[in-house]
Amino acid sequence: MIVELGHFALVLALALSLVQAIVPFYGARVGDARLMSVANSVSAFTFLAVAGSFAALTWAYVTSDFSVLNVFENSHTLKPLIYKISGVWGNHEGSMLLWVLILSLFSALVAVFGRNLPATLKANVLSVQGMISSAFLLFILVTSNPFLRLDNPPAEGQDLNPVLQDVGLAIHPPMLYLGYVGFSVAFSFAMAALIDGRVDAAWARWVRPWTLMAWMFLTAGIAMGSYWAYYELGWGGWWFWDPVENASFMPWLSGTALLHSAIVMEKRGALKIWTILLAIITFSFSLLGTFLVRSGVLTSVHSFASDPSRGLFILAILCIFVGGAFTLFALRAGRIEQGGLFHPISREGALVFNNLFLTTAAASVLIGTLYPLLLEALTGAKISVGAPFFNLTFGPLMIPLVFAIPFGPLMAWKRGDIAGVAQRLYFAFGIAILVALAVLYFKTGAPVLAALGFGLAAWTIIGSLTDLAGKAGLGKVSVPVAFARLGGLPRSVFGTAFGHFGIGVTTLGIVAVSTFGTENIVSMKPGDSLEVSGYHLNYVNMTDEDSADHAEEFGNFILTDASGATLSPITSSKRFYKARKMPTTEAGIYTRHLSQVYVSLGDKGTDGSVVVRVWWKPLVTLIWFGAIFMAFGAMISLSDRRLRVGAPKASSQKVSNKAMA
Amino acid sequence: MIHFRLKQALLAVLMLLSLAVPSFAVNPNEVLADPALESRARAISAELRCLVCQNQSIDNSDADLAKDLRLLVREHLKAGESDTQIYDFLVARYGEFVLLKPRFQERTFILWLTPAFLLIAGALLLFFQNKKINISNALPELSDSEKERLVKLVSEK
Repeated sequence: MIVELGHFALVLALALSLVQAIVPFYGARVGDARLMSVANSVSAFTFLAVAGSFAALTWAYVTSDFSVLNVFENSHTLKPLIYKISGVWGNHEGSMLLWVLILSLFSALVAVFGRNLPATLKANVLSVQGMISSAFLLFILVTSNPFLRLDNPPAEGQDLNPVLQDVGLAIHPPMLYLGYVGFSVAFSFAMAALIDGRVDAAWARWVRPWTLMAWMFLTAGIAMGSYWAYYELGWGGWWFWDPVENASFMPWLSGTALLHSAIVMEKRGALKIWTILLAIITFSFSLLGTFLVRSGVLTSVHSFASDPSRGLFILAILCIFVGGAFTLFALRAGRIEQGGLFHPISREGALVFNNLFLTTAAASVLIGTLYPLLLEALTGAKISVGAPFFNLTFGPLMIPLVFAIPFGPLMAWKRGDIAGVAQRLYFAFGIAILVALAVLYFKTGAPVLAALGFGLAAWTIIGSLTDLAGKAGLGKVSVPVAFARLGGLPRSVFGTAFGHFGIGVTTLGIVAVSTFGTENIVSMKPGDSLEVSGYHLNYVNMTDEDSADHAEEFGNFILTDASGATLSPITSSKRFYKARKMPTTEAGIYTRHLSQVYVSLGDKGTDGSVVVRVWWKPLVTLIWFGAIFMAFGAMISLSDRRLRVGAPKASSQKVSNKAMA
Repeated sequence: MIHFRLKQALLAVLMLLSLAVPSFAVNPNEVLADPALESRARAISAELRCLVCQNQSIDNSDADLAKDLRLLVREHLKAGESDTQIYDFLVARYGEFVLLKPRFQERTFILWLTPAFLLIAGALLLFFQNKKINISNALPELSDSEKERLVKLVSEK
């Protein structure tokens, strides 16, 4: 019964979102305020309907109702509750439902927080959101209905893909979708601006926080996915340039560009057309990613099932929205007035530089991801485009971009003074040179490139804090005064500093792992010891354990330091999942001083030996800590009064500030 | 000679397949004694696709076919072949699909040149647009008659 209610709620949601798509749009055309205001309540109800439907599916999973095909195919009674719940979106149908749930959530948020938006703008935004959700709800109902029943319910389910049985599944997809789908708001705002043929600074002020929020979740989601792959796949890689990863990385790159161009638009009224284009491109990348992953065009752990009808349906949605958006852009962009002249050497110029490199990087990832598909479709020739291609094309684009980071926030608007900015960065530059020299000096035989890499990371880390130090007057005024000044700075200044700092931290992690990481592949017998960068890894024994849903073989190790003192036991294991008859690896990881010892088990020999792969991953955790800093920076920026969603106008701001204090 | 080794390798693969035990990426017994040769083997392996996997190189795949290819690469290296010879051999056998880094040729030049092209095109576009704005923005000089009128107006006051 609950399942049928869920199904019904989904149909209801489709009907509601069709109303949301059509009525306010018509209202905005004829200027009827009542019709426009329909959008508010309808988008809230659409969200409630989708949420009800999602809750019904979750209920079916929690109670292991195997009369529902979707539950039967992806769940098992013996699974821990957390995997029963996260299993809801660990399959095609459920993950599409989560997609629409988040989309309708964002629509409802715009409706609630957008009280002081101009009525027509709001109506148009919610209408476009309604069009997107209608399309995807139709997609779910026609091709991917999660509520289909089985005539003869089996007693036991087929279990969730073992690789997905991890806390990662509970966090990674929702985060990623909040990011992916969050860009739909920027897209809808862009569409609304084109429909109206009008954009102003208020528009940018509205688009920025939504973009920032989506970007924050996407950053966290990608980092989470990266760490998940790192510990789950068992060979120590943290980024694979897998098409599915690229699918989430492209919207991140163009979303980052959008974040920056929206600043120019808000502050200076320049780059209006470009910002609108970026908003369209970014969500188009999200849709493209959804198509690539969901259609089964790519085979990967993410493509739970491939069914040509689904692929065609999403391709149609993709073509309609992306094609429609670009057509509208081509027709209307000319009407939008460009403003805000600036000299190439200026803050605007720096942000344009950022955009040039980020969009080129996104385009490189795009062509690398799609080229093999297109070439095969057009000529039948099969080629591969893998990590070496992306490292060669994407890498060089990032170096000048990262190098330029410290300059950006220090540049003045309109016309900057690059010599003056360089002068303010002398400290960061000095530290960078010192770091590079130290690497060359202490690590004998270190390649010059490694030293330059470390220098670049140090430059970015120190350089991104230079703006804060300068604004606080560090070194010029007393420490308490400097702190008081810091406290008086707008939060977005901290957001920028943290975000850029995070890039530097991630860069440091990447450089350290790729230059000084080591790998040992050895066959070990109990009692054997292996030296790993000053530590000793002692192999103790193998043990077995049998649990309800899987059998597990543990390799037990003890890590000691150079003096022989025990630091920690490390357990690396291999699992065999009974229901799906699939093996997985669980790497043994020991973290100390931001670095990790990573132990992965191989085959057992007949003589009691076992093959062990041991990696030394210096500063590897910085790769993800950097991402946390970036997301944190976005969060601080979001909390800035100026950007707060629905913040009242300046006149009432003082009052509320007092009330808060 | 090489032919014989291939047969051996294939035999090894068949044996491994029949055991159906999940094996592992590079194993200790695969490692070549000569470190220079081994590091070349690793570098080459990282650029070869494991044909039965999902976008993995043979260097980090635990599939049996990947192991076969790793051994094959090492055999060829020991026979004194150059990297190019080994790639050529593998392409002849498995097609371009085996290369994770596609070679620069007629059908891949668009792929390889797009990033650089976009960067340069974008930079040029910005450069010329900026010039255009500067020209349209420059204030025209006053003509002689206008200057005379200005002097007149000022002196009249």
